[in-house]
Amino acid sequence: MSPNKNSDKLVYMLNHIGKVFALKPQDQAVAEITDHLKKFWEKRMLVQIFNHVEAGGAGLDPLPKQALQNMMAQSAQTSVN
Amino acid sequence: MGLIQEIDYGTKASNATKLVTLRIDGATITVPEGTSVMRAATELGTQIPKLCASDMLDSYGSCRLCLVEIEGRAGTPASCTTPVAEGMVVHTQNAKLAKLRKGVMELYISDHPLDCLTCSANSNCELQDMAGAVGLREVRYGYDGANHLDSVKDVSNPYFQFDPAKCIVCSRCVRACAEVQGTFALTIDGSGFSSKVSPGIGEDFFSSECVSCGACVQACPTATLMEKSVIEMGQPEHSAVTTCAYCGVGCTFKAEMRGEELVRMVPYKDGKANHGHSCVKGRFAWGYATHRDRITKPMIRAKITDPWQEVSWDEAINYAASEFKRIQANYGKDSIGGITSSRCTNEETFLVQKLIRAGFGNNNVDTCARVCHSPTGYGLSKTFGTSAGTQDFDSVEDSDTILVIGANPTDGHPVFAARMKRRLREGAKLIVVDPRRTDLVHSPHVNADYHLALKPGTNVAVVNALSHAIISEGLADEDFIRDQCDWNEYTEWAEFILRPHNSPEAVEKLCGVPAQTIRDAARLYATARNGAIYYGLGVTEHSQGTSTVLAIANLAMLTGNIGRKGVGVNPLRGQNNVQGSCDMGSFPHEFPGYRHVSNASVREIFEKDWGVSLSAEPGLRIPNMLDAAMDGSFMGLYIQGEDIVQSDPDTQHIVSGLSAMECVVVQDLFLNETANYAHVFLPGCSFLEKDGTFTNAERRIQRVRKVMSPKNGYGDWEITQKLAQAMGLDMHYNHPSEIMDEVARTTNSFAGVSYDLLERMGSVQWPCNELAPEGTPIMHIGAFVRGQGQFVIADYLPTDEKTGPRFPLLLTTGRILSQYNVGAQTRRTENAQWHEEDLLEIHPHDAELRGVKDGDWVKLASRAGETSLRVKLTDRVAPGVVYTTFHHPITQANVITTDYSDWATNCPEYKVTAVQVSLSNGPSEWQTSYMAHAAESRRIGAIAAE
Repeated sequence: MSPNKNSDKLVYMLNHIGKVFALKPQDQAVAEITDHLKKFWEKRMLVQIFNHVEAGGAGLDPLPKQALQNMMAQSAQTSVN
Repeated sequence: MGLIQEIDYGTKASNATKLVTLRIDGATITVPEGTSVMRAATELGTQIPKLCASDMLDSYGSCRLCLVEIEGRAGTPASCTTPVAEGMVVHTQNAKLAKLRKGVMELYISDHPLDCLTCSANSNCELQDMAGAVGLREVRYGYDGANHLDSVKDVSNPYFQFDPAKCIVCSRCVRACAEVQGTFALTIDGSGFSSKVSPGIGEDFFSSECVSCGACVQACPTATLMEKSVIEMGQPEHSAVTTCAYCGVGCTFKAEMRGEELVRMVPYKDGKANHGHSCVKGRFAWGYATHRDRITKPMIRAKITDPWQEVSWDEAINYAASEFKRIQANYGKDSIGGITSSRCTNEETFLVQKLIRAGFGNNNVDTCARVCHSPTGYGLSKTFGTSAGTQDFDSVEDSDTILVIGANPTDGHPVFAARMKRRLREGAKLIVVDPRRTDLVHSPHVNADYHLALKPGTNVAVVNALSHAIISEGLADEDFIRDQCDWNEYTEWAEFILRPHNSPEAVEKLCGVPAQTIRDAARLYATARNGAIYYGLGVTEHSQGTSTVLAIANLAMLTGNIGRKGVGVNPLRGQNNVQGSCDMGSFPHEFPGYRHVSNASVREIFEKDWGVSLSAEPGLRIPNMLDAAMDGSFMGLYIQGEDIVQSDPDTQHIVSGLSAMECVVVQDLFLNETANYAHVFLPGCSFLEKDGTFTNAERRIQRVRKVMSPKNGYGDWEITQKLAQAMGLDMHYNHPSEIMDEVARTTNSFAGVSYDLLERMGSVQWPCNELAPEGTPIMHIGAFVRGQGQFVIADYLPTDEKTGPRFPLLLTTGRILSQYNVGAQTRRTENAQWHEEDLLEIHPHDAELRGVKDGDWVKLASRAGETSLRVKLTDRVAPGVVYTTFHHPITQANVITTDYSDWATNCPEYKVTAVQVSLSNGPSEWQTSYMAHAAESRRIGAIAAE
């Protein structure tokens, strides 16, 4: 069974997506994961996983974690501007 | 409005391009070479008497009624078996021919009951017609000699009877079973006077191999094989052409009526998807539409533990709208959403997504394609540029090698399977990739050249291994790739594919299929003049469903099998309008026509047309809606024509999510399992009671025509419109054609579609626009829709659903011929006689290890839950694999399946669940308590004051 807690589910889903793109060069993989999240993830799922990253991002594999950090940085930049 | 009469030309049309001119009864006609004299005469309007001929069948020439005279030729040849010739002069009627025909008819009638007035075929009997046509006035032989008039009727089939007393042994039924359906269940037993039609050896129809497709009944020229509905109700008096509401083949039928009562459904020869053929579901299983379980009055209740209260339509709609508004006021705009149905029409689906985007103000709309073909949309869009199959069904007639992956068309898509089997009998090669030995692997006159009986969950590895073998053996179509694909992407992908872990030898260890078999299959597919791939839910319903679709698309591009007849990548869609519901914008991230909600120019089109501003952010998918419900942020759901409690995975999670919501509105024909958790029930109507369109698996848009008044008072589109209006949305359509007009003006691939066009053409395949005003049967001819075909690396990643000591077997699920999806329709028909319960198929070896015998009750347990059902011992499944269907709510097969899902689309992994099987003494505690809860939930209280 996949995890029960919602944030754990999101971590599981993200790591699953990350594994699919793992064969790509790191920058490209991160970009593809980011693109996927922007296209398909609803905002409350993103907020939940962003909160999880802010809390340390336990369980997240490096590629999806990097993608999320980039999105969060971009979001912060947009807010500042 | 009368009965639609189709012309029977007696023999099939010739596809020859060379033309031949001849004279028939003094008139000149030019027809393709190979046309029969009978057909040429019919095209001239001359009906040569016939009994054994039918344009659905090959020429047979046995009844000796269609004799003609041809100048310069001896004798009186049968016109059905005589091809036309240049300059031929034919006479269809003279004294000699009349005498011969009358003599033949005398012989037929001398052994036929003369009960025309009370016969069910009265006024629709070819034998009766021919007696009239030849001027039969007497039978000189009398009726006292040996005859078959006391033969016993076979009434075992629930839908039709066989009355041998009326049989003229023309063999049309036997030939239809063989040639059209390809089942070979019927034969002529005996010889001479004792010849008789027989279903098998000493069996009745129900016990025989007969699949009740109805081809024999349709072919019968007398009342020998007759629908029981006609026997009971009489001959129909008017009819309308409509589209079947079962699988994604989209068969066209004539709904033959008496008043507002449906007498029978007869497959329509002009139907482009079925060409006059049918299966047991579409042909016969329509009784659910008037089943006593149908709910026809709206109902509401404050709590799901309350009994239902019948209310007026206004009260139900206003209650639902006020609840949705209250929830949005309390929890925010994004706290509600909806689910569209692949069983509903394009127009209805379009309206539901419009209600959600424009009325609810969010994109929380999803559809049942989430749990079936969502990976197809993602995968084919990425590689080819379109979220749809590449071919029309006719394409299979030009296929030389057919690769079927994870599909069981003889059960799931039987009418297309019949065509595929015909092509296989003509000599096409067949490769089946399936853990189970389906009927396509081995059945009469069909034997797969290779059956790759892979371990469930290893599709990606196997398809990549096929590509590995093709590239490594120099069989890639590099000219095609250079011409139509991105060569750099190809070389990058090819380098990946050639890595050792993708070799057949390495993959053998994962999937259990011998490397040599994989290589042989790869060669067969790659070297075919035309290689076609057909796939189903055995591909998509995996944690790597999208990856397999990508790998399949790669395989087709690698071999140049795209862009012409006979080739392509063809997803076999499960439900009647899966393609259409996806086309109409049912996914939370895209508008109709597969355009992302973040695309400002697309949003502008809809904002301008709808007069509201639209969200640019993707909404929630079904599983995410349920998760959000558990988190307290998603509290209201409008479900049109879906039963997620029975159809979606991990039932207990679904039930928890629905139970957490404050307003669930279900619109359906029946109080389905999901309605047990609903607060508002809006009674829906059947496909016979509304106008609209369905789009089948070949992108074919076909009309659904209303043949009776809605039993609930409204078409489903009208109900959605009422709800939209109550939510404050300005929505006013007078007819579904106006909805299609809106689809056309907002969606380029539908720009040319209108009800007028469908009336003229019968059907059309999208894209249909200024570039393709009559539609597009085959896509990607000369170039891919996205420009260049894209090879996408799809590596095999094993599922996290692992077998182990506690759960050592792999469960895979599927469907059976007689039942459809969650069974809501087919369980309420006589089809239940063929499949009264879901059974667990288990290999005798696995059964013996567990002390299980055929028919025993067993407990089926997974990490998600457990249920009980009875077992069927069979070597269709390999040791280590078990299989069941999910047609009956009592079985609750999805209590067992997990919530593992596809990485890209969240399509559930129905096809791989680690399970254990052990002896049981009956239904599980969950089943018992669930059925008690279901009965409690379906209580209907006193009628509330209007």
